[in-house]
Amino acid sequence: MKQYINKYYYGDYGEGKNGAADISASGKIQHEWPLWEVFIRSKQGLDHKHVGSLHAADAQMAIENARDVYTRRMEGISIWVVESKYIHASNPDDAATLYDPANDKAYRHPTFYDLPDELTHI
Amino acid sequence: MISFCTFTIQIMGMEKDMEQLFQEKIDKEIRIEPKDWMPEKYRQTLIRQISQHAHSEIVGMLPEGNWITRAPNLRRKAILLAKVQDEAGHGLYLYSAAETLGISRDEMYEQLHSGKAKYSSIFNYPTLSWADMGAIGWLVDGAAIMNQVPLCRSSFGPYARAMVRVCKEESFHQRQGFEILLTLSRGTEAQRRMAQDSINRWWWPSIMMFGPKDDESPNTIQSMKWKIKRFTNDELRQKFVDICAEQIKILNLTIPDPDLKWNEEKGHYDFGAINWDEFWQVIAGNGPCNKQRLDARKKAWEEGAWVREAATAHAAKRAQRLAEKRA
Repeated sequence: MKQYINKYYYGDYGEGKNGAADISASGKIQHEWPLWEVFIRSKQGLDHKHVGSLHAADAQMAIENARDVYTRRMEGISIWVVESKYIHASNPDDAATLYDPANDKAYRHPTFYDLPDELTHI
Repeated sequence: MISFCTFTIQIMGMEKDMEQLFQEKIDKEIRIEPKDWMPEKYRQTLIRQISQHAHSEIVGMLPEGNWITRAPNLRRKAILLAKVQDEAGHGLYLYSAAETLGISRDEMYEQLHSGKAKYSSIFNYPTLSWADMGAIGWLVDGAAIMNQVPLCRSSFGPYARAMVRVCKEESFHQRQGFEILLTLSRGTEAQRRMAQDSINRWWWPSIMMFGPKDDESPNTIQSMKWKIKRFTNDELRQKFVDICAEQIKILNLTIPDPDLKWNEEKGHYDFGAINWDEFWQVIAGNGPCNKQRLDARKKAWEEGAWVREAATAHAAKRAQRLAEKRA
């Protein structure tokens, strides 16, 4: 049967994708190097931000490759890498139930409160 | 059996609604992210376009790599090395973006090596002189930038984000190319001739880079509707010609097109007929360097196999040792 709907539950990569490379009984390598997500801190005081992904055999190689691929122009001073298979993501189909309830809680915002103009330092 | 049919019909009905919702999102300039529902054709079109783009970056390293060891001085060599390294980076950003659509890296390589996937026809031309590093930077990267800047607003998020990085880095590529030609154009008579010869060879293939004429580009309408494409091939080509026709004046050299002249009425430059026969021949694999380029990629892949395997084995061994130590 033709598959009409594709869903990707974890990370950006779909469940079908095997993360770590494994070696069969014959010792022959079956899979490409695992995929890693790269996060870069652009300068001290800022958060690490997702910049993309790459393939590497292990964490050390992932960091070295991330240095070459994502920081050729001083874009970062710190790198995090995490194997993509360990990233769990919310499902876009659940967006309505997850985020819409926040819509009707305007009282969470300071602008909700109508106060006299002469009131200062608040 | 009956229940199966009902199920299929329901799914198909849903598909139609989903497609409508999808188009509404696109029309509202909401970016599509990998986990969002998308029509299968959108996914396939993007996989083809992004992987083709990635392959072009990687194959594009070859004609320039040819001149790294023969760059005329250390400054030029360092610049060329950095540029070729950038192309590798661009290929990697783009492969990653394509992978979010559910194709694996190895599948993409396999498509390149088997000839199933295409790459930009321009890289099937040879780099015969040092001036070609200038012409490639100015014309080939210039044409690429013209194509790529609108892609920063592509409807597919990962592609758009990759293109933002690519465009930022690409601008030095074009400027260094123009600088090479400018230096040659102010040099000896032999250097001027070398620069002119190079422009003569690269001009037409560069304006072919924008792809077939609009009326021969059947996918354009759908791609524009999906905002995978923002301008047509002919629109971008005209923009490029207009810009180059002015820039060449600074080089005091000529563009090899006797029909190139300003059209006051249109507010654009007219230019001569493109040899589409040559374009289709190169696409079909009959360009001067098609075989050489593919052979180089296949050789790199095959000769790198032991490195890929060794790195995996090393990682496995290290993980095992670590586990034993903890036990």
